[in-house]
Amino acid sequence: MGILGFPSKVDHGFRTPDGGVIHGVMAEFGSAAEIYHAAEKLRDAGFQKWDVFSPFPIHGIDEAMGIKRTILPWIVACGAITGVSAALLMQWWMSAVDYPIVVQGKPYDAWEPFVPITFELGVLFSAFSALIGMLALNGLPRWNHPLFKSDRFLRVSDDAFVVVIEAGDPKFQGAETVDMLQGLGASDVELVEE
Amino acid sequence: MSHVPPDKLTADRLAGRAPDANDWAPEPGSGDGSLTEDPSYRAPLVLNNRSVHEITEIVCGYAEKSPGRWWLPVFGLASSLAGMAQIMILYLIITGVGVWGLNNQVDWAWDITNFVFWIGIGHAGTLISAILCLFKQQWRTAVNRAAEAMTIFAVICAGIFPGIHVGRAWMAWFLAPVPNSNWIWPNFRSPLLWDVFAVSTYATVSLLFWFMGLIPDHATLRDRADLRLRQNPHQARLPFTPFKPDVLRVFIYGLLALGWRNSSRHWMRYEKAYILLAGLSTPLVLSVHSIVSFDFATSILPGWHTTIFPPYFVAGAVFGGFAMVLFLLIPARELFPNMKDLLTLRHLENMSKILLVTGMLVGFAYAMEFFIAWYGGNDFEYYVFAYNRALPTWLHEDGAPYWWAYWTMITCNVFSPQVFWIKALRRNPVVIWLVALAVTIGMWFERFVIIVTSLHRAFLPGEWHMFYPTWVDILTFVGSCGIFLTLFLLFLRFMPIFPIAEIKAILPEADPHGPGHGHDDHGNGHSTNEGEGH
Repeated sequence: MGILGFPSKVDHGFRTPDGGVIHGVMAEFGSAAEIYHAAEKLRDAGFQKWDVFSPFPIHGIDEAMGIKRTILPWIVACGAITGVSAALLMQWWMSAVDYPIVVQGKPYDAWEPFVPITFELGVLFSAFSALIGMLALNGLPRWNHPLFKSDRFLRVSDDAFVVVIEAGDPKFQGAETVDMLQGLGASDVELVEE
Repeated sequence: MSHVPPDKLTADRLAGRAPDANDWAPEPGSGDGSLTEDPSYRAPLVLNNRSVHEITEIVCGYAEKSPGRWWLPVFGLASSLAGMAQIMILYLIITGVGVWGLNNQVDWAWDITNFVFWIGIGHAGTLISAILCLFKQQWRTAVNRAAEAMTIFAVICAGIFPGIHVGRAWMAWFLAPVPNSNWIWPNFRSPLLWDVFAVSTYATVSLLFWFMGLIPDHATLRDRADLRLRQNPHQARLPFTPFKPDVLRVFIYGLLALGWRNSSRHWMRYEKAYILLAGLSTPLVLSVHSIVSFDFATSILPGWHTTIFPPYFVAGAVFGGFAMVLFLLIPARELFPNMKDLLTLRHLENMSKILLVTGMLVGFAYAMEFFIAWYGGNDFEYYVFAYNRALPTWLHEDGAPYWWAYWTMITCNVFSPQVFWIKALRRNPVVIWLVALAVTIGMWFERFVIIVTSLHRAFLPGEWHMFYPTWVDILTFVGSCGIFLTLFLLFLRFMPIFPIAEIKAILPEADPHGPGHGHDDHGNGHSTNEGEGH
């Protein structure tokens, strides 16, 4: 992946017979259980640039694939702190610094009436950072992806389960990788062009 | 990819042209199959042994095909009412709030009643999507998408009223934290300003939550349209337009799906974001109606100045919101093919139980208000509850002119849900729908009672004044129902009305370790891994 999620143009030397650059191999499996076991084997085989695509999140697949925990909660925590600080600063500055007005004889900088808005803005900023952080970590939104060329891939959002090993993976070995995927029980294996 | 309409699939099965869904039949005595009392296994969340592919076909079918002849007339009526609401609002703005029945004593009436009513409706959507998610209540997947949509549409309706009731609607920007022409900032000690922040945060976060949940399902609709286009590039164009329907679908659903491609690495962060948003929405939804209740509770008006208001308002909001969910989805369940497989009698029963519980919470709050009015020893407060609300004029000459509104509220909100103590009644969709209708009416009256009966006879008898709605009041409220229904009908027609990916994830075949789906030879996933070595 290059800058802003656009695939980098590094040529790894794997080409189709027509001379097109190969993005990777795509293998279809019959069910969530089969692809789960295949993922464990691929993880243990040491692949790096590969992924499992499924119509729904498969329970425990992150462990089977060896995916690290996401840093998303820390991003949301930063959003929460920003929202809370911005709200307190805004209310304090507007009520106590820029134009203080006596309301009900209370101190200008009493914090108690600021609590509801502080809470609301904390939630608002956290929610935005959860959604935007999730999309950014996933490299989304993006206009297109080489995988969308495959009809089989378009069935993933219906009921297909596929594994894709990218040709850019250091352990990718062309035909041998295809054989390995078939050995893991893939029902169909196809090449996807970049 | 097969492109069989879901109703045709079922028709084929019944005619024997397609294999039956694994010879599935409901157990005797379990209603549609979901009402099993057998504790040794979980009641199915999706009936008829639907496969992952069938879930896609059924739910995408709702968005891709005409829902039937009923839709257009209903939509025509709803959108006419919505148009009428806009005319009423325009009339109000160009004439003044005098076109409403408000007066110097009852200066909040139907406007704020409608505001609190609509904002309360929304709370069930957030409760279902957030709180039931945190509690891992898997049955929520049958209703959460529609309930979240309902939340957003209800908040839109709610947002109209505070904006237009200020009289000079072009001054509505005073609500925002920008200085006015004298460089004075808004008053951050006012609950009305807290309310602005609470409601706008609630609307925004609900929209984000809904949008995020829709991303994978929009991707499903996009991919199906793309596949159809690849198989048949020469589709007929839509009448009077240069567009092929699937080209439009690929473009619009594709934009909304943000390039989602069902990657497990993405799913992992997506699920984390979903849980985080659920965790954020849970205190948010509790705060919103609490802050709405502060609008009343921080005033000194008897009948409003009570500490029970925040929990009482939240319970009432959840109560009214669930009633609206049932009110909308029970007819939808009859009108859309195969929806009864996804939204089972057990789902309806669960929601009826929530209506019963929250109805009694609300009943407790009504009783406690009365108790404190007597026990607190405040004459004014006692007067409000006894003589402004409860005591009928035909029992006492100083009785409450609005007694009928109070007793409508009590009948609808406290008595009507009690029928759900009887098992047969809480499993009967017609009964549930009638109770939901009663509760929706009752919850509107609750807000009317709180606002108008407290205001119309405040401290000084010289100020006492009745409120009567004008035709503009009535048509604006009816029109806001039209706006709500118009948006909901568009949602039913064009969007995935069930969370497709979430429903797939709760099917038995989604479990990578579960037995009984053709992988018994592998046994448990972990033992396979260790047994075969690497």
